[in-house]
Amino acid sequence: MPSPLLVPMSQNTPYIVEMRDISKVYPNGVRANDHVTFAVRPREIHALVGENGAGKSTLMKILYGMERPSSGQIFVRGKPVSIHSPHEAIALGIGMVHQNFMLVPSFTIAENVVLGAEPVRRRLLDYKAAVAITRQLSAQYGLEVDPEAPVEAVPVGMRQRVEILKALYRGADVLILDEPTAVLTPQETHELFTAIRQLVQSGKTVIFISHKLREVKEISDRVSVMRNARLVDTVDTAAVTEEQLARMMVGREVFLHVDKAPLRRGEPVLQVRSLEYVTEAGVETLKGVSFNVHEGEILGVAGVEGNGQTELVEVIAGLRPATAGQVLLCGQDITNASPRQVRQAGVAHIPEDRLTNGAALSMSIAENLIVDRYERPPFTRGGLLQPTAIKENAEWLIEQFAIRAPDGDVPVGSLSGGNMQKVVLARELSAQPKLLIAAQPTRGVDIGASEFIYEQLVRARDNGVAVLLVSADLSEVLSLADRILVMKDGQITAVFDNTPSLTEEEIGYYMLGVKRMSAEAIAARA
Amino acid sequence: MEALNVIFSVAFLAAVLRVSTPLILPALGGLISELGGVINIALEGIMLVAACTGVLVSVWTQSAWLGALAGVAMGTFVALVLAFFHLNLKADLILAAIALNLLASGGTIFVVYLVTGDKSSTSRLVSGQMPFLSDFIPGVRALGEIGRLLDQNVLTYAAFVLTAVVALFLYRTRTGMHLRAVGENPEAARSVGINVRRMQYLALVLSGVLAALGGVYLSMGYVKFFARDMTGGRGFIALAAIYLGARKPLGVLIAALVFGAAEALSIQLGNLRVPTQLVQIIPYFATLAALVIYAVVQRQRALARQRAFVQSRAAR
Repeated sequence: MPSPLLVPMSQNTPYIVEMRDISKVYPNGVRANDHVTFAVRPREIHALVGENGAGKSTLMKILYGMERPSSGQIFVRGKPVSIHSPHEAIALGIGMVHQNFMLVPSFTIAENVVLGAEPVRRRLLDYKAAVAITRQLSAQYGLEVDPEAPVEAVPVGMRQRVEILKALYRGADVLILDEPTAVLTPQETHELFTAIRQLVQSGKTVIFISHKLREVKEISDRVSVMRNARLVDTVDTAAVTEEQLARMMVGREVFLHVDKAPLRRGEPVLQVRSLEYVTEAGVETLKGVSFNVHEGEILGVAGVEGNGQTELVEVIAGLRPATAGQVLLCGQDITNASPRQVRQAGVAHIPEDRLTNGAALSMSIAENLIVDRYERPPFTRGGLLQPTAIKENAEWLIEQFAIRAPDGDVPVGSLSGGNMQKVVLARELSAQPKLLIAAQPTRGVDIGASEFIYEQLVRARDNGVAVLLVSADLSEVLSLADRILVMKDGQITAVFDNTPSLTEEEIGYYMLGVKRMSAEAIAARA
Repeated sequence: MEALNVIFSVAFLAAVLRVSTPLILPALGGLISELGGVINIALEGIMLVAACTGVLVSVWTQSAWLGALAGVAMGTFVALVLAFFHLNLKADLILAAIALNLLASGGTIFVVYLVTGDKSSTSRLVSGQMPFLSDFIPGVRALGEIGRLLDQNVLTYAAFVLTAVVALFLYRTRTGMHLRAVGENPEAARSVGINVRRMQYLALVLSGVLAALGGVYLSMGYVKFFARDMTGGRGFIALAAIYLGARKPLGVLIAALVFGAAEALSIQLGNLRVPTQLVQIIPYFATLAALVIYAVVQRQRALARQRAFVQSRAAR
């Protein structure tokens, strides 16, 4: 099929894709893109970086026709277009490789590549032609695959190449890769980068979504940075350092003021000893992590996302089994206890993804507020739920936590991000925990609610609760934490007392692995 | 000894083919629906409706073929209703199918009562029967035992031919490939422009056609009347055959034949001095045993795959 790239560009645009002044406001009021202008030159590797929730996925879904922009215009090869479906995006030569692969596991690689546009001979599938096409594309772009192997039997790296081949088979000139390295081993990442370079050499354009700055530096020609639904800047990769990029990503314009009483540090509540975790896929994400959290202190965990923070929190909360090591709560061993046992031992957990793990969206506020205690009095007596007690509990907490909702019967899914998070916070704090784990507590939450959440975390600390705060937002960690622990590649690389002289830059060096404290220094402070 | 003589006789083989037909056809239908991701639990009800309609229309038109046609049309209509409930109105597939099964059980006998005044069967009516091989080639009867084996109903032959047709459809046509893709990963199918709902409609309708053929065979081939709940759970045994047959057309055919053999055995042994209760459990026991064997084999395969994967990782 003729490549659309051979069609001469109309007008004098230097861009193959240009998105002008794109805004996207979801029906629930969340603004995912705020007047974003994003332009990609032909044959470049353009990285799009930003923290989770910064709006980069939304922007790319708009380009790929999966979402409609609320306002703004898209130009492809200089021509204004409106893209209503992935089908139309493909017709314009735009292909996307999703983070979770869209493959049929029992089909062979060749079948997956041609699915939806299969070669046919005498009205029957021409499987041999499918294999030949796959071989040919595979050789042409240096994307090594075994066309006749079923997808379920091949490693993740090869599945990703299948997705790229699928897009190429459909004539994609612009390839959007959504966090392609998130699932890859370092070796596979290296292979992917080689393939990306070869793609660009044969005339393709690649948009590379990531939040791993080292990879962005390594592979991209230009970088666009997004933060808080806005595009901060687009720069030549060679002209910036990783540190500069990190600062653009994290920003520090919103510096909420937090009043804290002087630290009254008590006994250790949580003791984590040489904790290790290996994923089912065999990736080591926690490599011997040890630290304590004491009564009355907030321990902040800083780090670029994906360096083991999620796994750390979930292992402590009983949601993932530890591979090795120990978790003690007030001296009691809770390693690999069930989530309920962990909770009953006195741990409360505000999960980082409230939409899937924090709340049952289709259930009411009142129901969500008792999910961790519904089986006990006063909510259950004689094996029956007590509607009055449940209702009163909801009314009390809605008032205490200023949840903006008409009553407790409203489904949680209909609330805004901030109010939804307040429901989770209300449930966790009303459990009167000894340890509160707060993972990304203000992500996707408006400023007002964020401030309220900060106040509540600090109040819990002042009341003697041990708080483990995990956040990708450095300014949040700096304003709340008493001590700060930095994670990098599944290890603790630094521990600081949060003194006024501590700067974001200093922490940044440890986050990016430029600096690293000695094991003794870490052990002494953690 | 007597039992062995029974089993190793041509007559027994002929009986296996006879009783397997109303299992093979719905099982093939169920297979298509299963691969399309919309397993049709209403096979039983569809068979009943088709069996009843076929008999009544054949009485009315005095044509077995028209009766069969009407039976298949009616059975397909029931499948369409199921598809509409599930795909358009978003009803739970299993619940909707159970409702249709119950409706079919009561509804068919109600219609029979309205027509004949009899609440148990249509045996007082003279209904049509689909032709046997000897109706086309009278010579087969002269072939003795082999002739008796070959002299099967046209729908029995159809069951075997359709197994091949279904295999060809599922694995060698674009539509069949799309249908399987939809069943396995609808998101992936949608992302390459396949209309998921249309494929699932197709899967359910085809399962209806095949199950209806099985129903028509029961009342217009196997016997020549319709009786209350005459399917006797064959629609459900057919479902078991899908999984026992590893969700492959040839496997499903063999599984249906195994179940058919168990049923034929229970019929034959019924003539001997064996307690009837014991004999009657044979088909169900065979089903259970088959499912256990299948589960064990699957688990061992999965374990072997895991081991191979770990070894290949270690080798890297």
